[in-house]
Amino acid sequence: MRFTKDHEWVQLDGNIATVGVTAYAADQLGDVVFVELPEIGKAVKAGENLAVVESVKAASDIYAPISGEVVEVNAALPDTPETVNEAPEQRGWFAKIKLDNPSEVDGLMDRAAYETYLRSL
Amino acid sequence: MNAVGRPSRPESGNDYSHPTLSGGRALLQDEPLIFERADWSRTGVDLPQSEVGVADDLGALVREAPIGLPGLSEPEAVRHYVRLSQKNHAIDLALYPLGSCTMKHNPRLNEKLARLPGFADIHPLQPQSTVEGAIALMNELATWLTTLTGLPAVALSPKAGAHGELCGLMTIRAAHAARGDVARTTVLTPTSAHGTNPATAAFCGYVVQELAQTGDGRIDLADLAAKMGPHVAAIMVTNPNTCGLFERDILEVARITHDAGAYFYGDGANFNAIVGKVRPGDLGIDAMHINLHKTFSTPHGGGGPGSGPVVLSAALAPFAPLPWIVHSKDGLRLAEHQGPDAETPFGRLCAFHGQMGMYVRALAYMMSHGADGLRQVAEDAVLNANYLKARLSPVMTPAFPEGPCMHEALFDDRWLEGTGVTTLDFAKAMIDEGFHPMTMYFPLVVHGAMLIEPTETESKAELDRFADVLIKLAEAAKRGETERFKGAPFHAPLRRLDETLAARKPRLRWTPAAPSQLAAE
Amino acid sequence: MRYLPLSPDDRAEMLGVIGVDCIDALFGDVPQAAHLNGPVELAYARGELEVERALAGLAGRNRAAGAGPFFCGAGAYRHHVPATVDHLIQRSEFLTSYTPYQPEIAQGTLQVLFEFQSQVAALTGMEVANASLYDGSTAAAEGVMMAARVTRRDKAVLSPGLHPHYAATIETLAAAVGMKVERLPLAVDAEADVIGHISKDTACVVVQTPNFLGTASDVTAIAQAAHAAGALLIVVTTEAVSFGLLKAPGDMGADIVAAEGQSIGNGLSFGGPYVGLFATRERYLRQAPGRLCGETVDADGRRGFVLTLSTREQHIRRDKATSNICTNSGLCALAFSIHMSLLGETGLRRLALINHSRAKALAQRLGAVDGVEVLTPRFFNELAVRLPGSAAAMVETLAADDIIAGVPVSRVDPKAGMDDVLLLAATETTSDGDMDRLATALAKVIGA
Repeated sequence: MRFTKDHEWVQLDGNIATVGVTAYAADQLGDVVFVELPEIGKAVKAGENLAVVESVKAASDIYAPISGEVVEVNAALPDTPETVNEAPEQRGWFAKIKLDNPSEVDGLMDRAAYETYLRSL
Repeated sequence: MNAVGRPSRPESGNDYSHPTLSGGRALLQDEPLIFERADWSRTGVDLPQSEVGVADDLGALVREAPIGLPGLSEPEAVRHYVRLSQKNHAIDLALYPLGSCTMKHNPRLNEKLARLPGFADIHPLQPQSTVEGAIALMNELATWLTTLTGLPAVALSPKAGAHGELCGLMTIRAAHAARGDVARTTVLTPTSAHGTNPATAAFCGYVVQELAQTGDGRIDLADLAAKMGPHVAAIMVTNPNTCGLFERDILEVARITHDAGAYFYGDGANFNAIVGKVRPGDLGIDAMHINLHKTFSTPHGGGGPGSGPVVLSAALAPFAPLPWIVHSKDGLRLAEHQGPDAETPFGRLCAFHGQMGMYVRALAYMMSHGADGLRQVAEDAVLNANYLKARLSPVMTPAFPEGPCMHEALFDDRWLEGTGVTTLDFAKAMIDEGFHPMTMYFPLVVHGAMLIEPTETESKAELDRFADVLIKLAEAAKRGETERFKGAPFHAPLRRLDETLAARKPRLRWTPAAPSQLAAE
Repeated sequence: MRYLPLSPDDRAEMLGVIGVDCIDALFGDVPQAAHLNGPVELAYARGELEVERALAGLAGRNRAAGAGPFFCGAGAYRHHVPATVDHLIQRSEFLTSYTPYQPEIAQGTLQVLFEFQSQVAALTGMEVANASLYDGSTAAAEGVMMAARVTRRDKAVLSPGLHPHYAATIETLAAAVGMKVERLPLAVDAEADVIGHISKDTACVVVQTPNFLGTASDVTAIAQAAHAAGALLIVVTTEAVSFGLLKAPGDMGADIVAAEGQSIGNGLSFGGPYVGLFATRERYLRQAPGRLCGETVDADGRRGFVLTLSTREQHIRRDKATSNICTNSGLCALAFSIHMSLLGETGLRRLALINHSRAKALAQRLGAVDGVEVLTPRFFNELAVRLPGSAAAMVETLAADDIIAGVPVSRVDPKAGMDDVLLLAATETTSDGDMDRLATALAKVIGA
């Protein structure tokens, strides 16, 4: 699993990357009440808007950590947004993206680097 | 011997704290929804049956299905709403220290005069010759607003502050378009700006860029100079700003803005700090909305109605939206359409003329205070805020301790560090003490912000009472008495509410199929 | 001064505590050049008596609607508001409270808003309603903006019966956001014309019923045509009492309803403050503007209400908000809700039928006047008549005779080519005597 400075995680399987927000992000947001997922087929570039996560008092833009095409979204999430709080790095995934360039993932932090980064915040 | 004596003082040893059988608590009643009554068929309005008639002429257009509305007799309706009213806090009860809201006393003379039939019972489109007193009143209000602000024109129609911001930005855009200046895509606004500022700018199609703040809470001039340019349409600045501080470099802000051909929009939410003492026009402001429901005492009404007239510079005046007041030899007239003369309004912001009911109230207030009284209003507002700042600073951490504040005092949450009590918890404990909490978590530039605006209508006694309670609460927090705060409020009609549930499972109306299931879940 | 509790001693003491010797020390950041040395040039403070005299003088120069025959409508209607309504909205806890951001001490306001939302949803036949917007015209404009967000299209088509001021308001806002608006020319009974103007770029069609010229329509066919093209139907109503008699917009396929609630609980007040009713389908909720009040429970499991779905709004979403609205029309919504509770279904239906009967009586008398032609084929309580000459001129003449005869179309839309058309409304406050006086005077003016 790889991580971004904006607290997104990426899990690569072949050339399909599953994307979500980290436990830290979920904790910062508070109770998640709504998730706005991208449309299947949408092309995203790294750093572009992928999704929106809402808690009661905040709305957070989630950026694509890597570039590619959205091939699947977690359709259960809009009805059970609490999943993001319960299991942000497992069942709370947002979307699966078919990568243009799978090696893009190598440029992201690994868990050790991410945890070091968290300590610096 | 006369044996009808009864005990006439309380007997000791009778302590029994218990929930009541009714669910109410003495004067506070539990009141269900009107939809939860068994019988919907009452009506509290008597209408002559003889006049009812039929609607055969409308055929299939007639609504056959039941609408789904309960009705109440007059006594039941009065009870329903009086019981509900008792669950509300209000300025009439205590100091309401909401920063940037200016919760001042709402004079009752305003209410009386607004209800005169000559103001309340006139139609916006009856012949102007039959309402020239109303037009004269609008003109008189305009005179007070332009004189107090030093800007020569005013658009009266915006229905609230945010609507006024829209009016201001659209006037600015029209002015730019008229001189062929169509490449201005950006609006600059400080990070401390009220949310309506960027929302309005984005609504108008502008890109919003934020201006950095200096360590002492003012606009960073270097950042402004760097971000200003021919692509900027306007800056939107509140002065005093939302940190309660006067922008001391405001003349320089105006110069930088004007040199780039941009306009200076003022958010007038904090006008109470300077009304009668300083004119926004003298600060270089080109357009500013004024919240009549803040500075000029019209009531907040649980969320409106407001009124947000916008004063305008001579350069912007020609583009003001309809309607305008036109002065001619025959008197005053409301111009409702673009005429044959060189007027260039950007359009109309709403049907009709604006919030006349609020104009009457605001003018009554202005006339009551007069030019001298309004000046005193600003002085007392600033005095009261600084007094609270002085009294509270020993226990709470002011966000900007150097120098005075204006009409509101901003604290951050550094003083709560290590106590386990957050700004939110502290605010909820204030509720138990009988005070409405101050504005919390705004402006966003300060951590755990607490913005306190007492206004000038608070007595020294009430300020002292407030400060005394806050100091005691602060000391309790620092002593680690978290249980007082974490579960607060304990004494309000309801405890803390589950806002997560309300957002995850929105139930926004009563429906017969699922009347109320949240409590059971 | 009666609104300022501080005494000179208080001020001196407080300055001492602050640690400055004069009030102007607290204004030190004001640039010297901008410091006013004294009060501005306006009248000085006055007592209640003097202020009352001055403003009553201005009020006395206006001819109140209730002072004689009165027939103005055109988007604002004179109805009888029960005394209880005005009495209740003046309770301190309603009048002087703030937006209910602290729900524990605002359950009065919040429960009223929930009831209001429920009443508006029921009246409009829609799934969900918000806690009010400023008025009907800005509600219509917000509806158009919302339709653009939902459909991701940028064109709006406005029907021939839409109130010209509502159309102007929509055009102004549309220009701000770069939306295209096609406005069909004013006509008595041509709502269905919009169908021919719907394309794949159309975000919404805006149709008013009863329309500006009084005509009530079934818009079901328009809804179907809009939906077939992926567009939304926005239905506008300016006379809320009509919900008591006419088919609900929701039952005719409306996606958004934008209405003026002024008729219920709120007087004419020369154009404001009014109350915008806004209702829509649940599936579009997250794109809806304005405040929403929802049900929940407190820490003890008791039912309560809170403002919710706030992440759509300006104070959280800032530049990505669904609207910039903050303060809306709380007290007017309360007045609407109280009046509607007093009426109930029984009372509202009765009131609506009385209004319709009054209008039929008016139509009959007007039709009997030589030279007057009733144009509106199916009306609720407002109708348009053609006169043999300038409607505006005749209204002025009749006004001199203390009869406020209605609103000339030219007053609202001078370019419609309807200078000879007059709009008249009749409500439960319109007496037979009023109508007789109007008919007689009108006949005299025409014959002269």
